[in-house]
Amino acid sequence: MKINKKLLNALITFAIVIVAFILCEAALEGWFGKGFALKRADKGLLVPICVYIVLAVSLNLIVGISGELSLGHAGFMSIGAFSGVVVATWLEKALLTIDAAGKTVPFFSDTAILVIAIIVAGAIAAVAGVIIGIPALRLRGDYLAIVLLAFGEIIRNVMNCVLVWVEGSTLQFALKINEGSAAAVPGGAQMVINGAQGTNNKVMSVAFNNERFIVGFVLVIFTLFVVLNLINSRSGRAIMAIRDNRIAAESVGLNVMKYKMMAFVIGAALAGMAGCLYGLNMKTVTAVDFDYNMSIEILVIVVLGGIGSIRGSVIAAVLLKVLPEKLRFLNDYRMFAYAVVLIVVMLATNSPILKNLWALLMRIRPLRVAAEWLQALPGRIKAALPWNKKNGKAGEAQ
Amino acid sequence: MKKRLVDTKMVPLPSVSIVPERDVGKRPVLETRHLGIEFGGLKAVEDFNIAVGPTEICGLIGPNGAGKTTVFNLLTKVYQPTSGTVLIDGKDTSGMTTEQANRMGIARTFQNIRLFGNMTVEDNVRIGLHNQIRYGMLQGIFRAPAYWKAEKQMHQRSLELLSIFGMQDMADVKAGSLPYGAQRRLEIVRALATNPKLLLLDEPAAGMNPHETEELMQNIIKIRDEFQIAVMLIEHDMNLVMGICEGICVLNYGRIIAKGTAEEIQQNPVVIEAYLGSQGREENV
Repeated sequence: MKINKKLLNALITFAIVIVAFILCEAALEGWFGKGFALKRADKGLLVPICVYIVLAVSLNLIVGISGELSLGHAGFMSIGAFSGVVVATWLEKALLTIDAAGKTVPFFSDTAILVIAIIVAGAIAAVAGVIIGIPALRLRGDYLAIVLLAFGEIIRNVMNCVLVWVEGSTLQFALKINEGSAAAVPGGAQMVINGAQGTNNKVMSVAFNNERFIVGFVLVIFTLFVVLNLINSRSGRAIMAIRDNRIAAESVGLNVMKYKMMAFVIGAALAGMAGCLYGLNMKTVTAVDFDYNMSIEILVIVVLGGIGSIRGSVIAAVLLKVLPEKLRFLNDYRMFAYAVVLIVVMLATNSPILKNLWALLMRIRPLRVAAEWLQALPGRIKAALPWNKKNGKAGEAQ
Repeated sequence: MKKRLVDTKMVPLPSVSIVPERDVGKRPVLETRHLGIEFGGLKAVEDFNIAVGPTEICGLIGPNGAGKTTVFNLLTKVYQPTSGTVLIDGKDTSGMTTEQANRMGIARTFQNIRLFGNMTVEDNVRIGLHNQIRYGMLQGIFRAPAYWKAEKQMHQRSLELLSIFGMQDMADVKAGSLPYGAQRRLEIVRALATNPKLLLLDEPAAGMNPHETEELMQNIIKIRDEFQIAVMLIEHDMNLVMGICEGICVLNYGRIIAKGTAEEIQQNPVVIEAYLGSQGREENV
């Protein structure tokens, strides 16, 4: 096996996420003592952070890697959330078994229900991605962005009318076109999705649940695995080639539609999975939650983290979810401060001053030595690895 | 499956004089029949007939704006012709996309370099190998044995191809940061990676110094001999065109004004007029 730069970059991203997860778990278990224990509000943030990491990485696949501006990402999240709640309720109500004590209980545990719901929601969102992608991806640039924005709004409006309720051990569906069609619902039925009032999630407990956080972490790792491996494969290279130069990509025999669809559908499926986790983590989600503001919020994370940079998306997702919470002490000025921080970060990452500052710092000898040492580190690690030593040549090549 | 045209003519028709002897009697790799395109009434290319033998190096020359690059765009289906057809290896390509034309065996480079600038040199060649060495998306994501095998093959093949131009040491360099001449050479390597039957080079020597051009001429001949493919090139450097092209086709105002060998073209009065203007009367265009 050869450790190259891309593989090393991917491993660093995985390492960051795993270390962060272990630190969170340690804080939850109280290993660092009381001072570092997470407060209730902080605990509540853990699952949404996982959701937003998955959303940002999946949108980055569409916007950064495939180069198509999408303003409808929340639509897929919405599909995932609603279908997830329906699947979870069905699994809880219809698939029953009798436990040792003779009581009738759901066949699957809560965590298993969550995992199955996430997988099914991902599949449904992927189907939606195919249906939307076929007409929309024929457009380019701004036109594509506007059409996807419109699709996001269509999904929101359709979800606003969906009625799903439990009747015995079956689920019933209806569309609430006008007030009259709501009459189909029998009085006193347990609503799963009640039109504009959103979901009524009775499957999962609302309080923080460590198992759900672990599922979220696994979902993040799965997303990174899929996206990073895709990028460094034949298909991923084709996707990036089409982004870099469409005409040249066609001239070397790449099927442009196929690879655009691939990136779009994988992005949609991952967004659906994240939406499912989000929907089942909340007592209620309404269709209005997934409007274009949500799409823009995810896009802001992607842009802030760096378009095309997967690790940047992960870090920016954490920062942008934690920041508003940590700015609560500013009360009324909270969102104002949030906006200022956003603008400052955007300016700082693009400003020549910062780059000059870096050049200036590099003139200080100890700093320069340290930076050079860090830059040479991957090469040294590579040279020190046993399988490279055996060849004898790989180390010297550096 | 495209059907073979029954009436496909054998070389040397319709261009008796320009097909080299070794290709006579073989099916031409490229044949165009009355090829033409109109842009809103303007006939950019008109009645373009040419046949290229399977191992021929032929040149397409003409003054600026004569429609040379338009011909390349027609051959590679970037534009769909408004009249006439293109046959690749005897198969009709009407209605095909650029991507399908490439799979039929036609690869090209561009006048204004179109590399995947953010990717490494090797990745550029690997994209060229896309349809040659294959594995599925899921095999790629889940790192199946097919992935490792194919990637290893791709690595070896791309280094092999890069070594034609002695570029194997630059494999890890970003393509966009290569010097101009190297970018042109990389474009040729990428086109070769698609395993073409016909290689179209759009001004391959543009921006190269005489020494580099000389090297390029040797390499084009080497490529033809090694891969046994036909090469068609647009070039303004007459040393290169007259030096390596076995057949030359001169284009002016979208029409072929002369076809023949280098000597024939150099002595053709119509060509001289197109390039230098006529001797007898004043230019009043």
